[in-house]
Amino acid sequence: MEFDLVIINGQLIDSGFGFSKKADLGIKDGKITKIFEPGKITKKELSALPKEAIIDASNAIVTPGLVDIHVHFREPGREDKETVLTGSQAAAAGGFTTVCCMPNTTPAIDNQETVKFVTSLAEKGDCRVYCIGAITKNREGKELSEIGDLVKAGVVAVSDDGDYVQNPSVMRRALEYARMFKVPVISHAEDKYLVDNGIMNESFTSTKLGMAGNPAVAEEIAVLRDVKLAGFTGSRLHIAHISTAGAVEAVRRAKAAGVKVTAEAAPHHFTLTDDLIEKVFDTNLRVNPPIRTESDRQAVIQGLADGTIDCIASDHAPHTDEEKDTVFDEAPPGMIGLETSLGLAITELVDKGHLTLPDLLQKMSFNPAKIVGLTPNRLAEGEIADLTIFDPDKSWTVKRENFRSKSKNSPFVGRKLKGKVLATIMGGRVTFRQ
Amino acid sequence: MKLSSRHLIGLEGVPKKDLELILDTAVSFREVLDRPIKKVPPLRGKTVLNLFYEPSTRTRISFDLAEKRLSADSISFSASTSSVKKGESLKDTVRNIEAMKIDMVVVRHKSPGVPYYLTQCMESNIINAGDGQHEHPTQGLLDIFTMRQKYKKIKGLRVLLVGDIKHSRVARSNIWGLKTLGASVAICGPTTLLPYEAERLGVDVYTNIDEAMEGVDVVNILRIQLERQTAGLFPSQREYTNLFGISRERLKRLNKNFTIMHPGPMNRGVEITNEVADSPESVILSQVTNGQAVRMAVLYLLSGVDDKETPTA
Repeated sequence: MEFDLVIINGQLIDSGFGFSKKADLGIKDGKITKIFEPGKITKKELSALPKEAIIDASNAIVTPGLVDIHVHFREPGREDKETVLTGSQAAAAGGFTTVCCMPNTTPAIDNQETVKFVTSLAEKGDCRVYCIGAITKNREGKELSEIGDLVKAGVVAVSDDGDYVQNPSVMRRALEYARMFKVPVISHAEDKYLVDNGIMNESFTSTKLGMAGNPAVAEEIAVLRDVKLAGFTGSRLHIAHISTAGAVEAVRRAKAAGVKVTAEAAPHHFTLTDDLIEKVFDTNLRVNPPIRTESDRQAVIQGLADGTIDCIASDHAPHTDEEKDTVFDEAPPGMIGLETSLGLAITELVDKGHLTLPDLLQKMSFNPAKIVGLTPNRLAEGEIADLTIFDPDKSWTVKRENFRSKSKNSPFVGRKLKGKVLATIMGGRVTFRQ
Repeated sequence: MKLSSRHLIGLEGVPKKDLELILDTAVSFREVLDRPIKKVPPLRGKTVLNLFYEPSTRTRISFDLAEKRLSADSISFSASTSSVKKGESLKDTVRNIEAMKIDMVVVRHKSPGVPYYLTQCMESNIINAGDGQHEHPTQGLLDIFTMRQKYKKIKGLRVLLVGDIKHSRVARSNIWGLKTLGASVAICGPTTLLPYEAERLGVDVYTNIDEAMEGVDVVNILRIQLERQTAGLFPSQREYTNLFGISRERLKRLNKNFTIMHPGPMNRGVEITNEVADSPESVILSQVTNGQAVRMAVLYLLSGVDDKETPTA
């Protein structure tokens, strides 16, 4: 058989479809055309290939391409922070083959034209890019966007991410209306009145620093309202970047009560705590919702472990050096995350025994794809070759100069992580190789 | 003797020996202020920048005079008349000024963490003159100096801070400094103006002013900002005054030989009555005088001038 690319000596893990085995893969015309028993691929088949078409995945895991359903690629409007192209390159470097872009661009993704524009930019990129449409026109929280039109143009979910749909009646209509098109409504759950002018988690640390606090209850009330509305309307709700113990518990109870709710956690919320802001006031630690206390962090980890939280999403939020090189309360909230997501998850969740590696991969590929209604990637003959190859034991240090993202606003620079992406393959094309 | 840091960012975590060194040094400078010629030479040739991004009368004049009385050259910067208006970043502003060769910066800014940020982008010694609601260390020091002047020592004193603790940098600096020096500290104010988990600061927390005053030596009354009322944090000035205003009547529960303090500016008739503000127990004006001595001590000690040289020699 002829191949464009072969991956040899790897450990295949497809957690969505529940298998783990040693095997070699042959890829042709963008698809997985053959799965070989180890060593069954012939020397002839190998020698027919140029060196770069053979990926040796010894000591590495080969898994269906990772999916991140919460990124900000800033285009159109803030191409100085990130473009769809640079964002897709960062995604590939992080092991992702599919991402979903949030609609808080300028103009907002609240119309077909902007969806088509972003999608067309992605054609030259290094990962598959889907749009999440705005729930309301211009994300103002007032009138519904033309969700039918948006879905026709390809959006996979709707969200006013960055802002909470503060008016409960608008959120109710959004949930009801979106159900017609079978797309989930993603909630950035933070009650604006309770957040007030808060710039970090309200805690003893905010007391000491004299910083205006954003209390956990702002998120918890927002989540409680939305799961109630989801239960009432019977619609699908997804909670973005869940960060507090009370919010995790609210989702847990809603799920037990049969509400169609899913949730995601961001790596910074299961890794960092707000006391880190003390002394150095690192503006890269400013994010919404804010990094919380150790007990919140533990609750997020517990939620991931017991299935309350379905997936991991980075909330990749690029900002320029010029914007971040200032004092804490003047810096825009958000941090990049695509290139550190897998490493942080392995380091904090797998290495510390909270999740098995297959469980983690399910939360980074199969589950997020399901949430936004995409066909999950899988390792089987005839399937599209979207693959991630990584060494789960390899240690590396996060370095600013290695980021593919146009922005470098990561609080993880200098941090030692375990688990390194070796190669990413999208539709049979190598989009990243170590 | 030397301070363990070349900046004064806050009083949190400042070791006892540093606090004592500043207070002891301030005693000598306080004496200078009573001389006919109130000027000494140690900072001759040093240039100090007063960088005020927020309005200030007392602190700004106090620093300016302290610098002049130490023979430093001082220059002042006001955000409202500078290139900040033209969109220049804080970092560029300070680095440009530093390029004109200055040695020390006194900074006031609305954002917590600005003094620390300046230590990261400048070579100068940085003195915090108030950063948002975080700290105002020289105010804390001058309050403590004023208490020590009267009681000789801080250890064992019972100090009560009254008012808007949540938004007060003065309260935070007082609490850290007083705790390090062994005072027992209480705070009292409406629950909406107390910070989250305030008791973890190591203070006793009260909402009833009469209970809070019991057995107290020093009452430090904080300014109540009237915009807190419009923000919904308390219902009316009238109710605030009824519940927390310090009147002569309320002083009865204090220890004998008590002291009344206020960092200013005062809202007379709101958080403090005229009768209390102008009482013999009030040291409000001494606080202002002592402020200069304390600021002279801080400038002198941080400037790195030869520490063998005695300041008033």
